[in-house]
Amino acid sequence: MSKIQFDLVSPERLLLSQQVDMVTIPGSEGYMGIMAGHMALVSTLRAGMIDMKDNGVDTRFFIKGGFAEINAIHITVLAEEAIPMTELDLAVLDQRILDAQEDEIAAETDAQRQKAAQLVDDLKLARAAF
Amino acid sequence: MATVKEMRTRIGSVKSTQKITKALQMVAAAKLRRAQVATEAARPYAQRMSAIISNLASGVSGPSAPLLLAGTGSDKRHLVVVATSDRGLAGAFNSSIVRAARIKIAALIDEGKDVKIITVGRKARDQLRRQYGERFVFSYELGLKAPNLALVHPIARQILELYTAGEFDVVTLIYNRFKSVVTQIPTLKQLIPAQVEASGEAGAFYDYEPDEETILTELLPQNISVQLLSALLENQAGFFASQMAAMDNATRNAGDLIKALTILMNRTRQAKITTELTEIVAGAAAV
Repeated sequence: MSKIQFDLVSPERLLLSQQVDMVTIPGSEGYMGIMAGHMALVSTLRAGMIDMKDNGVDTRFFIKGGFAEINAIHITVLAEEAIPMTELDLAVLDQRILDAQEDEIAAETDAQRQKAAQLVDDLKLARAAF
Repeated sequence: MATVKEMRTRIGSVKSTQKITKALQMVAAAKLRRAQVATEAARPYAQRMSAIISNLASGVSGPSAPLLLAGTGSDKRHLVVVATSDRGLAGAFNSSIVRAARIKIAALIDEGKDVKIITVGRKARDQLRRQYGERFVFSYELGLKAPNLALVHPIARQILELYTAGEFDVVTLIYNRFKSVVTQIPTLKQLIPAQVEASGEAGAFYDYEPDEETILTELLPQNISVQLLSALLENQAGFFASQMAAMDNATRNAGDLIKALTILMNRTRQAKITTELTEIVAGAAAV
């Protein structure tokens, strides 16, 4: 089975750049499993988990929204914030949820409020999964 | 001629200055390493983001293109964002940025454009205020922490708000690009309308989820933040490099000064002793 090049970058650093079998990303329209040969696609991402499979080994990352650019041989995830599952703990997630809730209250427009509410929901889901 | 005592005090004060410059140099060297790592770590994100945008941009054009990408179609009103450091004692680091800013602003004014300024960093504010104070829109300070997204978000938001309110046509960012530890290059970068390099692989057809417009309206503002962040990180690394060099020079100069003063002091003291001896001998011979 041919592999796909997977790059995960956050504004602060490049977290990962390697060949993998499959990546599952939290697309704005739902989770997507990406393998080599996928059609070209650009998608916004929600807060959630990235699941990367390589030689039967699972590696997971938490991301807080971002973008993904996908083509047949390459997937690039630009995350607003990305934390490897091994470094993630509940306190961090709770803090993000609190921040998002504050944003929801402080929002000035409906669009902003909706976005913040969406983020709260996604974060809570991620927390539950964790 | 100064007395020996005066010279001794002077040497003492130069010595304590040297201690300070030496300490600052070592602090800057330690921070430089960290800042350089941070700058390099942030580069892939900015690079990949502009790659995605240029891919997207080759697909969207015409009247439907978003404002941030296509611009307002005019270039009458300019916003210049000048980013420097908060602190000085870093050689020509800040003045080279401010000089580049002055040249740019003066050129724009000569062309009859309307220019407004946002300063980031205390030095930009202080050095431009006298000449262009009435053009200031807002001034930001960096604070003590290393630049991160939380720091640039308010700045980016303000720029975007002003832009969407139709206050400006073109936004330019001025900062020092960190080329190496000895070279920082004052750089002008156009933030809005987004500059798109013609990518070799144009015509790659992408599907968009949820749709092109939503993605661009999220991607382009995020791009402003990221461009700002990378500029501030480059600035930070450049600042420490420049400060390290400046303080290294200052320490060396202080050393030279101490050496020269010590020789002068010893000579003066010796001259005085010789004179006294001659007087005593002469006095004794006279008796």
